[in-house]
Formats: sequence, structure tokens, C-alpha cells
Amino acid sequence: MSSRLTTATAGRVMKQLLHDPRTLGLLFVVPPVLLGLLAWLYSDTTGIFNRIGAALLGIFPFVVMFLVTSIATLRERSSGTLERLLTMPIGKLDILLGYALAFGVIAIVQASITSFLAVHVYDLRIAGPEWFLLVIALTDALLGTALGLFLSAFARTEFQAVQFMPAFVLPQFLLCGLLVPLAQMPRVLHDIAQVLPLTYAVDAMQRVTTEATISSDNYKDITIVAAFVVAAIVLGAATLRRQAK
Amino acid sequence: MGNVVSARHVIVQKDTTTALNDVSFSLEAGKVTGLIGPSGSGKTTLIRSIVGAQKVTSGTVTVLGKPAGHKSLRSQLGYVTQLPAIYDDLTVRQNIRYFATIMGCGKADADKVIEQVDLTAQAKQVVGSLSGGQRARVSLAVALLGDAKLLILDEPTVGLDPLLRQHLWQLFKNLAAEGKTLLISSHVMDEAEQCTNLLLLRDGKVLSDSTKEQLLAKTNTKTVQAAFLKLVEGGQS
Repeated sequence: MSSRLTTATAGRVMKQLLHDPRTLGLLFVVPPVLLGLLAWLYSDTTGIFNRIGAALLGIFPFVVMFLVTSIATLRERSSGTLERLLTMPIGKLDILLGYALAFGVIAIVQASITSFLAVHVYDLRIAGPEWFLLVIALTDALLGTALGLFLSAFARTEFQAVQFMPAFVLPQFLLCGLLVPLAQMPRVLHDIAQVLPLTYAVDAMQRVTTEATISSDNYKDITIVAAFVVAAIVLGAATLRRQAK
Repeated sequence: MGNVVSARHVIVQKDTTTALNDVSFSLEAGKVTGLIGPSGSGKTTLIRSIVGAQKVTSGTVTVLGKPAGHKSLRSQLGYVTQLPAIYDDLTVRQNIRYFATIMGCGKADADKVIEQVDLTAQAKQVVGSLSGGQRARVSLAVALLGDAKLLILDEPTVGLDPLLRQHLWQLFKNLAAEGKTLLISSHVMDEAEQCTNLLLLRDGKVLSDSTKEQLLAKTNTKTVQAAFLKLVEGGQS
């Protein structure tokens, strides 16, 4: 592993995105617009936007980054560039961390725009510090990136990669505690929800809206999500094979 | 000079088909060897076995004294895949500079290889907007980066105009004169005429492994195409 090659890879991914302004636009515009729509939708009902708005602030970057990363890595595989890189003196982790770094930067911008608008325009009331909202949104975006990197290894075509969204993201969304609080779920689903990373991401978001200080539970949530990020990247590196059977 | 690559009794089994069937050959240092055979004869599999991207079922492939795919070989090998393995959404220069960083080269080296493949005028163009032949050359330029001792090129001149083909063959010969070893695959027999050594492949088997002169003398023919046909007919009778 080398920091020089990781940053070179991140720079390359960034430059690719800069050549595609429409994708960048969608990345930065869609989540804030969706959240605005939600705020508008619940503008006459008190309390609801505050509860689900915060959770969605964690979910949007996760979903968007998952999709973008899956497709980007799949393209790297199908274009033959990945095979070429793997015959070169670059570590597998350099490639994956390069992607994570580049999309991490995108995620910071995206999360900043969305959370700024949420708090100052859509009037999302948060009890905790605003910067922590950003930290959680960023961690969630990285979670999407890491899972996208890992799972795209199992997709052979773009059709399959896109289907991974409903297959791996929607179940987490249903069980994350937003639709039904964890405590009210059937026992089995409750247990499943507790091993899914998005549950902790959403829990962290909801805590920031209700708790004035950052509690140890909140740090626990973030740590668990971060652990999933690291695990997915390490597993992702294991799926990169220099040699085909 | 010795052998840069030597393969002994290589068998590659893919699912139900045998892509390479007991293939043995060696590549002489500082020579241009043509890997010639029809489509589906196993050329790409053979190439992938040398660069270490293909696991061999049995047999050994030794590259520069190390088993194929060895970590230390990654900086000594230039590999061009059949389809250009480059980033369509980057410019020519951005592509080359990224790969240059990986190979431990600077910006000057990047510009040099762009010039070698005659793309200086297109350096700022996005690869996706280039013609097929131009993209193939960007991919080739990547392989020229660094101090690769062995260049393995899978059909590098397919679809290029005759003038450019001549230019590239001159480049290949110059590289060989500098001491680099080249293995160039092609299904076009004309290309074979440009090579010093020839490795003829058919149905996953080596038909012939010798210098061009030896091949022509042995088969008593004047062109590689005629020699190939004679060998195939000889094998069947």
C-alpha cells in the first residue's frame, strides 16, 4: 500500500467525475431536492419531518453512493482497466481506498449541501451539534461507497449491479427503524435489524435530533458503521483477483 | 542473451474446453516474436498466462527467472490487452499520467510515450472521443511506460491504417534494438512477416516455434501464410 498511489487513484476517479458534470450535478442536487420535497410534504404536520427528515439525511447519501460506486467499479472491471491495474505495481487496497477517498470527498460536499439546507432552509430542528450531523452523513456515504465496492464484485452486468440496490439497500431501509421502531418489530426482524449497518446509521441521526450532547451510544453507532466500512473495503480487496481460474 | 519467457507443457483448462494443450516455447531476449494463429487458437489465453492473469492448470511459465505473476514482475512487464484498457472519460494525458504514477515514472516520461505513439496532438482530447485506432495507441502507450523489459501486445495493430502500422512496427523494432523483448499477437499473417521469431498456434497447440527463416526453410514456402497452411495440412494428413 502506498499513499502516493492511493491519492493518484483518487485523483483519477475525481477527474473522471469532473468530465461528467451531469453526474456531479445529480449527486449534489437530487438528495437536497428530495429532502426539500419531504419537508414540504409534511409542512402541515408537526414533528414528522423532524423524525424522518434526519433519518433520510443519513439514508440518501448511503443509497446514492452505493449506486454510483457499484457502477463505477463495475465499469472498471468490464473495461479491462482493472485487469491492467492488477498486472501493475499497485496494491489492491490502493485502488479501493482511492475510490473510497474520491467518493468520500464527493460525499462531504453532498452531505454539507444537504444538511445545511435541512437545518437552515427546511427547518429541521436538531438538538445536537450541526457538525456531528455532517460526520454521520459522511460515515453513511462512506458506508454506501464501501458496500458498493464490495458488492459490485458479484455483479457481472450493469443490470445485476442496479438490482443490488433493491436487493441489499431496500431491506436495510425497511428494517432500519424508520418505518417501525426497533422495539416494536417482530423478534426475528429485530434481531436481523441489529446486524444491519443502516440501523446504526439511522439511530445516530435520530439521536442528534433529540439529544443535546453526543452520547456514548452515538459514538457506538458511528463506530459500528465505520467498522462495516472497513470490513467491506477489506472484503472488497479480497474479491480483486490478480489471476483468473 | 537467454530466454526471457519459457513455458513448459502448459495446459489451461477452462470449464469444458482446453484453451492451451501442452504448450511449450521460449521467448528470446531482444527479439520481436510474433504469436500468430487464427481467432480462438488460444493466443490471448497464452498471453494472459505469461502476464499472470490466467491460472494455468498444469505446467510452468517462467518470466525473467520468476514464476509468471510474481510480484516483482509487475514493474518489468508492459501488457496491452486486445480491447484498449484505458479510461474513456479521461483525456489521453490524464490516462497516461495516472498509469505513469503507478509505474513510477514522471510527467516527462508520460509525454514521451504519447509522442512515441504519435498522439501529441490529441493529448488533451478525451479518450472516448478518439477513433478506435487512436484508443488502441493510448493503450499501447501505457505499456511503453517505465523500464519494462518484456512487452506483451495482444493484437496492437488491428484496424490501423497501413502508414500507422508501419510506424508502430518501426517502433517495435527500435524497442527490440534497445534490448526489450516483444511478443506480439496477431491473426493477420502479413504482420508475421515483420517478426524475427514466430510462434504459430492452432487449437491451443504450438504448430511451430522458430525463427521466420527457419519456418520458411522447413516448409519450403515463401510466406508465413503459406507456411501456416502447409503445417496445418501436414498435421491433418
